[in-house]
Amino acid sequence: MLSKKDIFQTQDMIDKRHLDIRTITMGISLLDCADTDVHACARKIYDKITRYAENLVSVGQDIEWEFGIPIVNKRISVTPISLVGAACRDDSLVPLAMAMDAAAKEVGVNFIGGFSALVQKGCTESDWKLIRSIPEAMRCTERVCASVNVGSTRAGINMDAVAEMGRIIKKTAAVTADNDGLGCAKRVVFANAVEDNPFMAGAFHGVGEPECVLNVGVSGPGVVYHALQSVKGQSFDVVAETVKKTAFRITRMGQIVGVEASRRLNVPFGIVDLSLAPTPAKGDSVARILEEMGLQVCGTHGTTAALALLNDAVKKGGVMASNHVGGLSGAFIPVSEDEGMIAAAEAGVLALDKLEAMTCVCSVGLDMIAVPGDTTAATISAIIADEAAIGMVNSKTTAVRIIPAPGKVVGDRVEMGGLLGSAPVMPVHPESSEDFIARGGRIPAPLQSLKN
Amino acid sequence: MKAIVTVVGKDAVGIIANVCTELASYRVNVLDISQTVMQGYFTMMMVVEVSTCTVALAELCRVMDAKGQEMGLSIRVQREDIFEAMHRV
Repeated sequence: MLSKKDIFQTQDMIDKRHLDIRTITMGISLLDCADTDVHACARKIYDKITRYAENLVSVGQDIEWEFGIPIVNKRISVTPISLVGAACRDDSLVPLAMAMDAAAKEVGVNFIGGFSALVQKGCTESDWKLIRSIPEAMRCTERVCASVNVGSTRAGINMDAVAEMGRIIKKTAAVTADNDGLGCAKRVVFANAVEDNPFMAGAFHGVGEPECVLNVGVSGPGVVYHALQSVKGQSFDVVAETVKKTAFRITRMGQIVGVEASRRLNVPFGIVDLSLAPTPAKGDSVARILEEMGLQVCGTHGTTAALALLNDAVKKGGVMASNHVGGLSGAFIPVSEDEGMIAAAEAGVLALDKLEAMTCVCSVGLDMIAVPGDTTAATISAIIADEAAIGMVNSKTTAVRIIPAPGKVVGDRVEMGGLLGSAPVMPVHPESSEDFIARGGRIPAPLQSLKN
Repeated sequence: MKAIVTVVGKDAVGIIANVCTELASYRVNVLDISQTVMQGYFTMMMVVEVSTCTVALAELCRVMDAKGQEMGLSIRVQREDIFEAMHRV
């Protein structure tokens, strides 16, 4: 029998600690939409997405009511468009992005991911076309997210693609300069990208996935923060145990919502992504959890160790609560989307170098970071290369979502609005990486033994 | 299927009567009630059977939420299995 305490504790988590389902994301295969004519392909894409995802939002809303738990985002991921559009004879794949955008608006989802290319070993003609279509696609669509996987543990790092992505990011910022380079917030560069990630901007529907699938991303930094407040001063054994128990509860909720949604939509249930995804709301911050462990400000010495513990305990607690765990599964540290990270960066305590170290022990990478508008393409490429190297060597996913905000300098703030939040512009090293990036080629895949 | 109804707010005459009448009008049977008033605040938890409910569950949740707002209370109807999932291994 349920106790009153259990019931009111759950409601308290939802009302006061920002407990929610962050996203239910429907993955849809578009492989059968290929066509030599880009406009015919676009039509097929629009038709298929609107057909499959017709009821996604209304089913999501019904479940929100029945379980009394908010499902913040309903989203869609599709097959990487560089594969779908490979048969198109046209030079630009932008019409396909526009079809995705129109379909997203029609079914009422706020983001659609999959304007993507997987180029860890090399680029096909179609991959280059897609990469070069990104700036224009980001300019003329509202809800489309793009991603490019430039490296993997098995393939190494494609440095030609890394160099090109530096230029593409600069161009994307330039063409969306009216919005402080907002286009860059919807585009991410990966190493070891996963095929079943429900979170944006990096979601796409991998080729190993079924025709259609439903993945769920849970969240709850506020709940973990609150739980840790009750174990002040106690040992790390207690801290880890507390995080595990909390993660278990959060994940169970994701599991039940995911199973119910997939049953009603008649789509197989994929995975629960066990991530702590912060929002700009006060009390929903990963940085504040680290500070609760005893750090004065996130970014000071000890931050990496605190994050390592948090990340591991979340996985350990969550893994037993769900029958299929996948996606990125770890703590996110997006600067602009985390009230505590913003404060730490503005105080000058959290620097890019420390963030890079933190990405070695958590999901995902340098996320939602604003840098000065005059940062060169080569420097951005070098930042991507560093992050990809961390992912490659540690067999984990890493990503870079960086915004060289046009006209902004260190100390300014970039406002992106909504869940994307606002980012203080952070300094980068002024010394050049030009010659390093100009080399091109591939960084070979690392040895998987002799690990030290 | 069972659901949990929770009612929280300032105490007044007739809260239980009003909530139960509303639920009965949708053929929702009350299985268990526990209720207290602490420092003028009314807190009630009910276990109800919703499989006989004449409207879809999501609709019942919306209706009861609106009823709560009308009465100046928070009234929630939630499926029982979410609590089971979160608090039982």
